[in-house]
Order: sequence, then structure tokens, then C-alpha cells
Amino acid sequence: MSARPGLTPASAPGGPLLKVSGLKKTYGAIQAVDGVSFEVQPGEIFGVIGPNGSGKTTMFNSVLGQIEPDAGRIELNGEDITQLSPLQLNQRGVGRTFQTLQVFGRMSVRDNLIVAAQEHQGTLWSRMFAPGDSGLGDRADALIAQFRIQHVADKRAGELSYGQQKLVDIAMAFMSEPALVLLDEPCAGVNPSLVGGISRLLKELNQRPGLGGRASSFVVIEHNMDFVMELCHRILVMVEGRVLAIGTPAEIRGNKAVLDAYLGN
Amino acid sequence: MNKLHLLALLVIAAVLLGAPPLLKSYGIYLFSTWLVFVIATMGLNLTVGYAGQKSLGHAAFFGIGAYTVAILMQAGVSFWIGLPLAMLGCFVIGLGLGFPALRVQAIYLAFATLGFNTAVWLVMRNEEWLTGGTFGINNIARPSIFGFSLDASLAYYYFILAIALLMGGLLFGLLRSPWGKAFTALRDNPIRAESLGIHIQRYTLLAFAIGAVYAGVAGALFACLVQFIEPAPFTVGASIMMYLMVVVGGPGYFFGPLLGSAVGVLLPEWLRFAQAWYLFVFGTAVVLLMLWLPDGLLSLPDRLKARRQAREASAARTAAAARLGGVNS
Repeated sequence: MSARPGLTPASAPGGPLLKVSGLKKTYGAIQAVDGVSFEVQPGEIFGVIGPNGSGKTTMFNSVLGQIEPDAGRIELNGEDITQLSPLQLNQRGVGRTFQTLQVFGRMSVRDNLIVAAQEHQGTLWSRMFAPGDSGLGDRADALIAQFRIQHVADKRAGELSYGQQKLVDIAMAFMSEPALVLLDEPCAGVNPSLVGGISRLLKELNQRPGLGGRASSFVVIEHNMDFVMELCHRILVMVEGRVLAIGTPAEIRGNKAVLDAYLGN
Repeated sequence: MNKLHLLALLVIAAVLLGAPPLLKSYGIYLFSTWLVFVIATMGLNLTVGYAGQKSLGHAAFFGIGAYTVAILMQAGVSFWIGLPLAMLGCFVIGLGLGFPALRVQAIYLAFATLGFNTAVWLVMRNEEWLTGGTFGINNIARPSIFGFSLDASLAYYYFILAIALLMGGLLFGLLRSPWGKAFTALRDNPIRAESLGIHIQRYTLLAFAIGAVYAGVAGALFACLVQFIEPAPFTVGASIMMYLMVVVGGPGYFFGPLLGSAVGVLLPEWLRFAQAWYLFVFGTAVVLLMLWLPDGLLSLPDRLKARRQAREASAARTAAAARLGGVNS
């Protein structure tokens, strides 16, 4: 298995899309995130791996405004976004998925996708009089076709199987055509036969221009090592809240400290 | 809309249009009261059923609407000026009541709104100079429209029906707009909703404010229906009863308030044959209903559909297993 071809992150023009510097978060006596720094370039798929309890999700939620970090700075396209809420981040073109399923169970699949982007159309007052699909029906149908869930498009999301709901959950994060998407364990609980399908979809979506016309970038937390190695341009390894290594999949695979701490021999 | 829905709507329309002329004045009064509570609980259904905000203060807005119109009409102001002022007042106060919902949820929010209802009720009871206190306000006139008097019970009933249809139509349009989806997203999963760019604070406040406007309209119509108001119909108990109507009908179902209000307003009257036991029978019926259909009466078709789909899926699996067994053997 080799590293994905593509851009060389360090040489991407215009600086990093996401820059995290010295991020720290403490829960009581536990230093969950301890001075984490990394950069994500435009168009890059950036993986985050580490054992359970290594601080991946805390770091993720700090970047996404879900929890307030104790120290550090987060920049998106050079703008300080450290104190911004999830709402403000979404308005700046940041999408996300959660570790657990987060679909709106009583809405149809199509409506789940439409509601995921409708707030980017018009103003609050114009949306009061807008058609129910906010003019997003075609975009939703295209994404539904890309995710191959046309046969359940009109079903309530809560009635679908876990794997189908996971696909809806991921598709929702892409409806507003974000520049950066953070995916928290997209393969968790998914049938192994579907993992390859998710990888294929993410590669396709990576090539699609996001807000501002640049290729979308992803940060992916995942425990499935084959998936991460095959999908990501670069990988960050976290252990006990700190960065153990950052590098291409080949570099990570050959890093002795990573092998000792995480992958094993 | 399938044939069953259409048939149900036609039956309801026939009853609402055709039954009252056949009834005596008390029957017309009951139908009018039913529709008043349909309007009030349409608003509460938006706040509770669609947006998921647990409000036990709805009767306060019902009372604010009733007192605003009654006080203004006593001062010689037309109903047609009093009604929009009541709606505006309820909208503004509803926005204010929405603010606690930005900080607390579930049972804590229910208690906050309950406190609000109690405070409003105390103003109605104690501020005699304004509200008449426990003596209330009487001789509230009924409005006229385009020179046509609505004094007669039947004329006023049809007026309430027209307002109920108008308010229902507006709510139907609102729920089918992107706002309706945003309210539902807010109810189902506020954290996910916010991560998708839905301004949950704004929609929470709007859910309270619009729900309050519906209660205000219902209160204004109620004041002119009974022509005498005092604080008793606007207690916390009345708010709980309205909440019950929404839950019994089916929170988040558009026609839930129509059915829930029928259970809350008409059923106790139909149970009067049980004399002293009628409230006991009513209470037992509600307990059994909540055990059997916790999502309300209108969830019954969904339940039956889900059971049928489960049976069909099971049969399909059994058939597939039999085919595989046949191939393997």
C-alpha cells in the first residue's frame, strides 16, 4: 500500500487552510490535549490516529468550537477562529461529522441533506417564504446519487440501517460545499464491505471544489488503519495528548516510535 | 395526500361546517371553545412538537391575548385594533420567554415557563385597577366584520372557524418552508443543527414567539366568546391541559391539535353521563392512551405502517432463507 499521490502539502500556494498552534485542553488532572500543532493544506486529506484516550476527539472538538481550549491558536485561511462557535465555523465553510450517528430521524433522507445547507441560502426572513427545498433539490439529488442511496431518498432517516444512516450523516457534511470537513471516525460501526465505498466517496469529494473554488480538505480521525493509510496524504499520530509524529503514510509506517507506541510490530 | 387522508379531511370539514347549525347554543359554544383551543394548541405544537421546547406557560399568552382585547375594548378601542396589538404583545413577550430556553432545556425549561405563567396569573389576579382582579372584566362585546354583526353564537362560531383556517394555513406554509425544517432539526438534535449552520438561538426564540402569537389570537377570540374573563382559565393548570392536548393529539403532527383539543374540550363533556366519575374516566383514558400511544393519537397510522413493514421484511427474509436452503441442499 502506498501513499496517495497528489499535492505536496508544504508547497501549496497561499499558506495552510487550517493551522493549529500549541493547542491545550485539561480535564481536572488529565491533560487531554498537550500542545498540539499541525497544518492542513488546501486540498489535503489529513489523517489523525492514536490509541483510545490519546486526545483526538478533544482536539477535534476544540478546533470545531464545541469545547473551549485552555491555550493555543486555531487559524482558518489566516483568520483566528479559536473562539468561534460551531455555527460561525459552518458559516466560514467548515463542515463536520460526529463519532456517533447524528441524522434527523423523523425527516426524509432528502430533507436531511436540504436542511444541512439551507441556512447558506438567502436570509432568515427570505427563508420564511422560500420553497421547502430552498432550491437545493438538485444538489441533494446529485449527492444522494453519488452516495448511491437513491432507493431510500424519501424514507425517514431514522428507519434506515446503521450503514445507510452513516452515509446520510457523511453526505450531510458535504451539502453546503465546505472548504474543510472534519470527519470523526467515518468507518466506526460500518460493515467492512462499506469501508471501501466510503473511501471512494471521500476521494471523489476531495476533488470537488469547496467554498472559494479550491479543492476540499478533510481531517479524518479513524481507527481503521488500512483506510487511513490508503486515503490520507499525511497522518498525525497522537499519544497521551501530544503529537508523536506527522508524515506521509509511508513515513508513519516506517517510524519506529509510532510502531512502538501504537501500531506494534 | 392519500385517499384516507382526504376522506378524513372531508369528514372533519363536514362536521365543522354542518354540525353547529343542528346544535343548541351550548353545543355551538362547545364547538367554538374547541376551535379556540385548536388555535392555541397549534401554536404550542409549534413550540413543543416541532421545535422541541418544553413550555408550560402557554395559558399565560392565552390570558395576555384575552385581557389585551378585553381591556382595550372596554376603553372603546375596536377589536380589529385590539387583536393585532394582542398578537404583537404576545410576540414580544414570547421572545422574552424564549431567552431562558437558550440556557436551560427539558424539565428545567418547563419549570421556568411555569414560573412565568404563575407570575402573569398573579398580575391578572392582583392588579385590579387594570384587570378587575378576581371580579374580572364583563360585558365584552363581540366584534362585527364589514358591518355584519357577530353577536349571534352561530355567526361567531363561523368567524372563529375562518380564523382557525387562516391560522392553520399560515402554519402549514411556515412548516413547509425552510423554517419548518430548521425547527424540526432544532428539536431532533440541536448540536448537529448548529454544526450545519442553523442559528439555534434565533429559531428557539421564534418558536416561542410565534407559538405565543397563536395563543394570543385564541385568547382574544375566547374573551369575545365568553364575554367575561377572570384569571381562572389562565392558570398553570390550563397550561398543563394545553400541553396534554398537544401530547394526546401527537406532538409534531399538523392535525394533532385538532384531535388533542377535541379530547381536552369535547371528551369531558361527552363523559358527563358518568356524572361524578367523569373526570376519573377521562384521567384513566389519558393514562391508557399515553401507555399505548406515547407519541399521540396521530402516531397510530405510523405505528401500524411500521409493524406492517417489519412483518413484510421478516417474511422476505424467511423466503430468502428458504431459497438459499433450497440451493444449498
